[in-house]
Amino acid sequence: MPDSADLRPMIEINDLWKSFGPVAVLKGVSLRVERGAVIAIIGSSGAGKSTLLRCINLLEDPDRGEIRVGEREMRFSADRRRHGGDRELAAFRAATGMVFQHFNLFPHMTALENVTAGPRIVKGMDRRAAESEGRALLAKVGLADKAETYPSHLSGGQRQRVAIARALAMGPAVMLCDEVTSALDPELVGEVLGVIERLADEGMTMVIVTHEIGFAQEVADAVAFMSDGVIVEIGPPGAVLANPENPRTRNFLARFHRAQGDAAR
Amino acid sequence: MSAPSYAWDFSFLWGYRGLILFGLGVTILYTIGTILIGLAIGLLTGLLRLSRNWLLTAPLVAYVEIFRCTPLLVQIIWFYYALPVVLGIDIPATVAAMLVLSLYTGAFYAEIVRGGVNSIERGQWDAARAIGMRGHQVMRYVILPQAVKRMIPPFMNQSIIQLKNTSLVSTIAVTDLLYQGQMITGATYRPLEVYTMIAIIYFIVLFPLTLMAQGVERRLARAD
Repeated sequence: MPDSADLRPMIEINDLWKSFGPVAVLKGVSLRVERGAVIAIIGSSGAGKSTLLRCINLLEDPDRGEIRVGEREMRFSADRRRHGGDRELAAFRAATGMVFQHFNLFPHMTALENVTAGPRIVKGMDRRAAESEGRALLAKVGLADKAETYPSHLSGGQRQRVAIARALAMGPAVMLCDEVTSALDPELVGEVLGVIERLADEGMTMVIVTHEIGFAQEVADAVAFMSDGVIVEIGPPGAVLANPENPRTRNFLARFHRAQGDAAR
Repeated sequence: MSAPSYAWDFSFLWGYRGLILFGLGVTILYTIGTILIGLAIGLLTGLLRLSRNWLLTAPLVAYVEIFRCTPLLVQIIWFYYALPVVLGIDIPATVAAMLVLSLYTGAFYAEIVRGGVNSIERGQWDAARAIGMRGHQVMRYVILPQAVKRMIPPFMNQSIIQLKNTSLVSTIAVTDLLYQGQMITGATYRPLEVYTMIAIIYFIVLFPLTLMAQGVERRLARAD
C-alpha cells in the first residue's frame, strides 16, 4: 500500500497567514499532525482557532503559507493567490472532513440524505450503494433508526452525530472538528464526544478545536495553545495542560479552571 | 346644498359583455405572459447578480434599479414612444407593453431571487463546500431548494400586483379590460357604472388568488 509507505505527517502547515481586512487573524502558524494523531487546539475566542481549521480545508483562502493534507498540497503567496480552480479546491475539501459548531445539516434532507449527499453528488455514487454506506455510518454514530428523520426533529446531539457521519461519508483522510459541542446542552455533550473518541481509537487523524479541556486531556495526543494568531505552546496534554511553560497558557488555564470552579459551586 | 344624486343603472353593461370578456382575456393573457417572461428574466438576473464580478453585476443592478425606481406608466409610454425613435424601428403597442411589463416585474423577481438566496445561512455553504461540492452543486442541491421555499410568498404577492399593473397598458391602446371600459364609457357616457364594474371584476379575480397565496404561505411556514 503506497499510503503506509508515506512516512510524512498527515497534515503539515507551514507559516500560514490570514487577515480579514486590516485584522491579522493567523500570524505564521506552523503545525504537523502525524498519521492517526489527534491534536486539540485550545485558546480564548478570537485567538484564530476556527480560522486555522477553516484554512486547513480551504473554506478560507489563506494569504500565504503552505498546507499539505495527505498527498494534496496547496501553496499560497501574497502576489499569486490563485491556486487551481473550483474543481481542485473541491477535491481538496472532500478529502478533509469538517464538523461545525452549529452542525449545518441540510434542513431539506433527511438524516440519510444528508449523509449520502456527498457521495452521490460529489462522487457520483449510485443511490443504492450510497444509501447502504450511509446507513452503516448512521449506525456507527448510533442513529440507525433516524435515517428517514429530518434535522428539525433531531436533538442537537443527534444532529451533530449526523454531521459527523456526513463528513465521514466522503472517506476523508483527516477530520477537523470546530467546537463541535459548544452549541449543545450539557447533557448532550457526552454522546458527541463519545463518537469522536471512537474515531480517535480507530486511528482517524483529527484536529479538534475545543473548550472541553478534560476531553482534550483524555483523547488528544498533543494539545496546542493558540493566542493572538500563533501557536504559543504545543506538547503532550499532560505537559501543556498540567504544567504549561508559557505564561499566556498558564493565564488561560488559570482563568478556565476558575470558571469551572465557579460553575461547580 | 344637497348631495349629488345619481340614478345608477348597470343594465346596459350586459350589452357589452363580449367586449368586457375579451378585455378580461387580454388582461389575463398579459398577466400570465409577463409573469412567465419576467420570471425567466428575474431568475437569470437574480442569480447573476450574486456574482462577485462587478463588470457583470453593474449593468444588472442598473437594470433592476431603473425599473424599480421609475413609474411603470412612464416606462410604458417611454418604450412605446421614445424607444422606437432611439432604435429607429417600429414597435407595436402589444409588443412594447409585453416587453415593459416583463422587464418591470422581472426586476422585482430578481430582487426576490437574490434575497431568497442571500437569506440562506452561511453555514449551509460551508457544509456543502466542506464535503467537496463545487459552486454550482452547492447552489443546485443545497441553496436553491431552501431558497425557493422562501421566494414563493413574495413571488405570489408580486404576481398578484402584476395583474393590476397590466391595466396601465390601456394608455397605449392595448385592448385590456380597462381599455374596453374606456371604450364603453366613451360610447355610453356612464363612467361610474363602468369603472365600478371593472373594479369588481379585478376584485373577483384577485381576491381568491390572495386567499390562495395566504394559504400557501401558512403551509410553508408550518413545514419549516
